[in-house]
Amino acid sequence: MKNIIRITSTLSLLLISSFISQANGAEAIEIVKKAIHAAYYQGDDAKARADMRIIDKQGRERTRSVSMLRKNTSTDDRNQKYYIFFRGPADIKKTVFMAWKNSDREDDRWLYLPALDLVKRIAASDERTSFVGSHFFYEDVSGRGINEDTHELLEESTDYYVIKSIPKHPDLVEFTYFKNWVDKKTYLPMKTEYFNKNNQLYRTYTVQKVSVIDGYPTVIDSQMDDNLSGGKTILNYSDIKYSQGLPEDIFTERYLRRPAKKYLQ
Amino acid sequence: MVLGMTSLTSLAQGDELETNGFIEIRLGTRTQNDPNEKEESIDEARLQIETEKEFDQLTLNLVADVVYDPVMDNHDVDLDTGEGAIDLRQANILFSPLSYVDMKIGRQILTWGTGDLVFINDLFAKDWNAFLIGRDDEYLKAPTDAIKSSLFFNALNIDIVYIPRFGADRYIDGKRNSFYDRSSSSFRGRDNPLVTDKPDDWFNNDELSLRLYRSIGVNEAAFYYYNGYWKSPAGQDNVTGKAMFPRLEVFGASFRRPIAKGIGNIEVGHYKSNDNAAKNPLIRNSEFRFLLGYEQELATEFTSGIQYYLERKLDYDEYTRSLLSGSFPDDENRHLITLRLTKLMMQQDLKLMLFNFYSPSDKDGHLRFNVSYKMSDSTKIEAGWNHFYGEKLYTFFTQFENNSNIYFSIRHEFTGLAQH
Repeated sequence: MKNIIRITSTLSLLLISSFISQANGAEAIEIVKKAIHAAYYQGDDAKARADMRIIDKQGRERTRSVSMLRKNTSTDDRNQKYYIFFRGPADIKKTVFMAWKNSDREDDRWLYLPALDLVKRIAASDERTSFVGSHFFYEDVSGRGINEDTHELLEESTDYYVIKSIPKHPDLVEFTYFKNWVDKKTYLPMKTEYFNKNNQLYRTYTVQKVSVIDGYPTVIDSQMDDNLSGGKTILNYSDIKYSQGLPEDIFTERYLRRPAKKYLQ
Repeated sequence: MVLGMTSLTSLAQGDELETNGFIEIRLGTRTQNDPNEKEESIDEARLQIETEKEFDQLTLNLVADVVYDPVMDNHDVDLDTGEGAIDLRQANILFSPLSYVDMKIGRQILTWGTGDLVFINDLFAKDWNAFLIGRDDEYLKAPTDAIKSSLFFNALNIDIVYIPRFGADRYIDGKRNSFYDRSSSSFRGRDNPLVTDKPDDWFNNDELSLRLYRSIGVNEAAFYYYNGYWKSPAGQDNVTGKAMFPRLEVFGASFRRPIAKGIGNIEVGHYKSNDNAAKNPLIRNSEFRFLLGYEQELATEFTSGIQYYLERKLDYDEYTRSLLSGSFPDDENRHLITLRLTKLMMQQDLKLMLFNFYSPSDKDGHLRFNVSYKMSDSTKIEAGWNHFYGEKLYTFFTQFENNSNIYFSIRHEFTGLAQH
């Protein structure tokens, strides 16, 4: 009899705890959904200038300056098209990178090399490799799919939700989990910490400045630190505009060969 | 030099004038002795000025190089061959007369097709000398004086390129790179360069290139047509003995799409040579050309591309029957396999690149190795190796064996020189 009671109570405990974690998971997913929207999908389209300072552990500095256009091509925060025009440094000036982000398969990517007038279709790379030589990854710039991780609400302070995300396919990524501090008012991720298999913090994203632009809270200054090597990239956005009615044909070969100046300025 | 820049500045005044460019020193030497050429393969000092001016409805582009290279004996400026102190790379205007039309008129660089250093339907001028001696990749493309009209419709896009006067490749003629000349059964070099009879009448010896293309989902399909001349010498006049550029018509198609984790491409072309090419041993045969390629990222910042390419002579029996006794016959099929490996390191400041052409039918090849390092945003150093190898001295790559070379360069970029 005792045993039966013990088993029953253990079972109920298990049931209750799994119910709690499911509720927690559901809430966490809602928060992550809003965070992804705030970070990557605000407005129907957006344009911005991004200036990066890439600083290595010895303090040597490289820069990248781009103009970006982005258009949402589905209403459910999934598909997008990106157009990235390099302003500098001089050796890559006028190069254009274009990506169609697809929710159901790998991204389509193209590169235009002006000196050769060459439109090169490029293989989708590992999303977690450097974006144009910076400490940001492609995925940091274009967003990570919500279903690639399981999410758990770790804690809630007056200002932040702290979400822990664990990859469903750990073999595809270099982290074991990451923690995200999501602003409770704007839903913008304000800090992200990535941990490796030794449970060691090795990569940190922090937001320094947020401004409200066209009604949307927008990250202006942010930074990605490589905590192990000491390198970092400082990213500044300027000239931001939302929902300008960018035509979708900007994101085609025509405007690779002939930069969409009108929309980039 | 300063005067040149000033006059460029005064030519196009305004807030939106953008000027940039670079200064580069590139030194190279042959890795073996070549009795027909100098020991140095390249000894170049180069200044490139690029300027772009936006007017209301049109954009003006100008890119000009000032070059000094003592490897060449003749320094007279020739804007067609790029020889001499000035190489005008681009001088064109770009505008849209209608919302669905882009026009680019003037000297321009033109590229299309799906191959990687293998060209079937891209019949725009190439600079094979630059390719052999290890100039920057951008110099593989020679400029073309053309009118390019691009029409964009929902169902189809059309490019029409009209070249009013035939623009040949900057082909290997012996002045800088030696090669084996089958017609004389000897090597040609700087003392006996190839003499050609180039068609160069305006509007009479013209070229037309067409491309029809569209994307269907992830698939990119294109059809091509070319009417003009073989871009490098492909025949010989039996009276004068001069090398010729016989007439050429090409029908082709290409297709490109993602496959597995990479990008796959296929391209075909039917090269229809001069009417009597089949029976004339002095004129290159009609050919069928085929390319199959695949590129994929294998590991972090490590990409590999592989291609198979075929050149098939279409009138092979007639070709062998018409050959003069004692001449070297080509195989009916020339097979070529290329491999590209690219590795980026140190926040992409260091780039290692290896490209190899190998022909299992000719048993020859060309290995290209290049390492570049960005010392700062504006300064890049580069070193490379071009190695030609093979068994029979008359095959495509083996004939360049004595041009195998190593090179080194340093380039400093500048920008905003003439902003107001």
